[in-house]
Amino acid sequence: MSDIHTSHDGASHGSYKSYIIGLILSIVLTLISFGVVMTGSFGIPAMMITVVVTAVLQVLVQLILFMHLNTKSEGGWNVISFVFTGGILVLIIGGSLWIMHNIHVNMMLG
Amino acid sequence: MFGKLSLDSIPFHEPIIMVTAAAIGIIGALVVGLITYYRKWGYLWTEWVTSIDHKKIGVMYFLVALVMLIRGFADAIMMRTQQAIAAGGSEGFLPPHHYDQIFTAHGVIMIFFVAMPMVIGLMNLVVPLQIGARDVAFPFMNNLSFWLFAVGMILVNVSLVVGEFAKTGWLAYAPLSELQYSPDVGVDYWIWALQLSGIGTTLTGINFFVTILKMRTKGMTLFRMPIFTWTALCTNVLIILSFPILTVTVALLTLDRYLGMHFFTNDMGGSQMMYVNLIWAWGHPEVYILILPAFGVFSEVIATFTKKRLFGYKTMVWATAAITVLSFIVWLHHFFTMGAGANVNAFFGIMTMIIAIPTGVKIFNWLFTMYRGRIQFTTPVLWTIGFIITFTLGGMTGVMLAVPGANFVLHNSLFVIAHFHNVIIGGVVFGMMAGLTYWFPKAFGFTLSEKWGKRSFWCWLIGFYVAFMPLYALSFFGAMRRMQSYEQTEWQPLMIVAWVGAVIIAMGIACIVIQIVVSIRDREKNRDLTGDPWDGRTLEWAAASPPAKYNFAYLPSVESIDPFWEMKQQPGGFKRELATEFEDIHMPKNTAEGPILSLFALFFGFALIWHIWWLVGLGAIGMFVTFMFRIFNDDTDYHVSAAEVEQTEREYHKRLEMQA
Repeated sequence: MSDIHTSHDGASHGSYKSYIIGLILSIVLTLISFGVVMTGSFGIPAMMITVVVTAVLQVLVQLILFMHLNTKSEGGWNVISFVFTGGILVLIIGGSLWIMHNIHVNMMLG
Repeated sequence: MFGKLSLDSIPFHEPIIMVTAAAIGIIGALVVGLITYYRKWGYLWTEWVTSIDHKKIGVMYFLVALVMLIRGFADAIMMRTQQAIAAGGSEGFLPPHHYDQIFTAHGVIMIFFVAMPMVIGLMNLVVPLQIGARDVAFPFMNNLSFWLFAVGMILVNVSLVVGEFAKTGWLAYAPLSELQYSPDVGVDYWIWALQLSGIGTTLTGINFFVTILKMRTKGMTLFRMPIFTWTALCTNVLIILSFPILTVTVALLTLDRYLGMHFFTNDMGGSQMMYVNLIWAWGHPEVYILILPAFGVFSEVIATFTKKRLFGYKTMVWATAAITVLSFIVWLHHFFTMGAGANVNAFFGIMTMIIAIPTGVKIFNWLFTMYRGRIQFTTPVLWTIGFIITFTLGGMTGVMLAVPGANFVLHNSLFVIAHFHNVIIGGVVFGMMAGLTYWFPKAFGFTLSEKWGKRSFWCWLIGFYVAFMPLYALSFFGAMRRMQSYEQTEWQPLMIVAWVGAVIIAMGIACIVIQIVVSIRDREKNRDLTGDPWDGRTLEWAAASPPAKYNFAYLPSVESIDPFWEMKQQPGGFKRELATEFEDIHMPKNTAEGPILSLFALFFGFALIWHIWWLVGLGAIGMFVTFMFRIFNDDTDYHVSAAEVEQTEREYHKRLEMQA
């Protein structure tokens, strides 16, 4: 049991370089999303798209560079879990957008 | 100094609450007095409160659940009594503000503090034993999960006496739950009870997901896992994916209430419909979190007591997996009437009906397992058969509700109440009671009284039908849910019938309590030393009852889906032989950090509810420091020496021989 508690079956722990790259990327992405909102010089659609894109990139940066998600660790279980989670996210976010869009149209909220 | 909290917050003018509080106070003082008299505080602290033993944590979860079942039922019987009286202009004995708190508390308690801890308690007790593991993947986290859950439970109960609980219904729909319409602390109690216990649940989900994937014993491939473990795995996937939605939704509501934001308000661009959408995106998977493990229990029970391998093991697994995925694409059926339009409603209606298919597959698997089997009509089997009939009915009314056109008529009526009690009592409660009777001897080493178990079953079964069938009928006359009073005196007879049903269920609950008391009294007579009282099939029955703290002196290896049954079928049968050599076993140490951190979490939550900001800071710092202390504490494990293992095993074998 000791092994199960402490070992990490081949998941890499990353390098100095990957952490620095991750740190810089995550700061840059955060600044971009705050920037587009705070300067106020963009239209609402452009603003929303930028925030969503930077948010998704942020998630990927965190997962790959900080949490060492790759296709090999844990015998592929990590990737299967990630793909499954991605599928559920698509269902829930896509479904919510679909529902809320229809409600907006039907209620003539514009 | 005390924020919004003052002596006026305690409802001295409400006799029902004051009498209840006095009763709780007296019972509490009695328990504390007895523990002190018998000097059991040290024992409680070292053996239970700080324990990281999954079996003990499971027992604690179940114990809390049974106590809260009584609390939740007290709410239920008050509502039934109110509705039996308050017809044709009568106001009954509960004023609206109290009645609204009661139906909210009933829902919150029954789902979060009865059904969830029963499910998690059973998973704790059974899953590591079934997969041949010595503990869960993260034992400290397991202890912390329990205590965070306990904090949520304590907050809900504190709200009974200090202040009030939410008057919004169990899901606290916005904008009713916003500051504008609910300025009191009720919704805040709801928020922090759910947030703190919800974190505990999420941690449990992660813990058991990792445990099941990584700590299975040698030879136990995924498709050799017992069905209960499979359903536990799927339930934990659902917990991991859905509970964050609840956490975020409630956090957004918190921002609205505490920082004046406008996520779900009427004005400033808020959308209360988004709240309904999000809360059900969690809420629907939640019902499958509860029912899947119950399905697992029935599968184990029916295979054991018909002496047959479960019919259609693989279809059972795939049906479970299918339900897991489908449960994420049906949530709109809770708000067909919100106005998403025909296309959206049709899609979610059809998806909902599709769930009936894998569920039907399971029903047939259980029936075919029983077919030509040697069924022993023990209490767990009675619960299972009662479930198959009751749940099938509930499933059919569910498919009726899934028809958007019908739903526009039935929405918010008593039909919905009757339907979900039909599946939750007939599914989850029956399942957990079957599981309790089935695995109780594993936890304590003696079986529960069959006589009182059967009495409990019949009271629950009959009580359920008498209490809820009238509600189906009443809904067709237009009776809505959550009515404090109603004009139509012609509804009253059926309301009284429903009240009688609730009383019969009360007798069922009393039978459970008597069953436990009687069984503890007669424990020597019902002692099971073999560890296998039911002639079981899966690995947990290969361990002693109760199992040693390390579960297995040697980890078993597995070659089929019914490994223990196969061992017993070998020529010569299965013998519990004493091994000749023993080795050190690596185990986690008990830890006080879980309960201490949770105590600070309790201060933190209580202070946030009452806006006692200095205590919020103290709680937060306390949690952080305790957590840091844990992180930098390397002394978290130890080895049970080979000598101690040998001694434990020898003592067990001596008892076995004495019995033989």
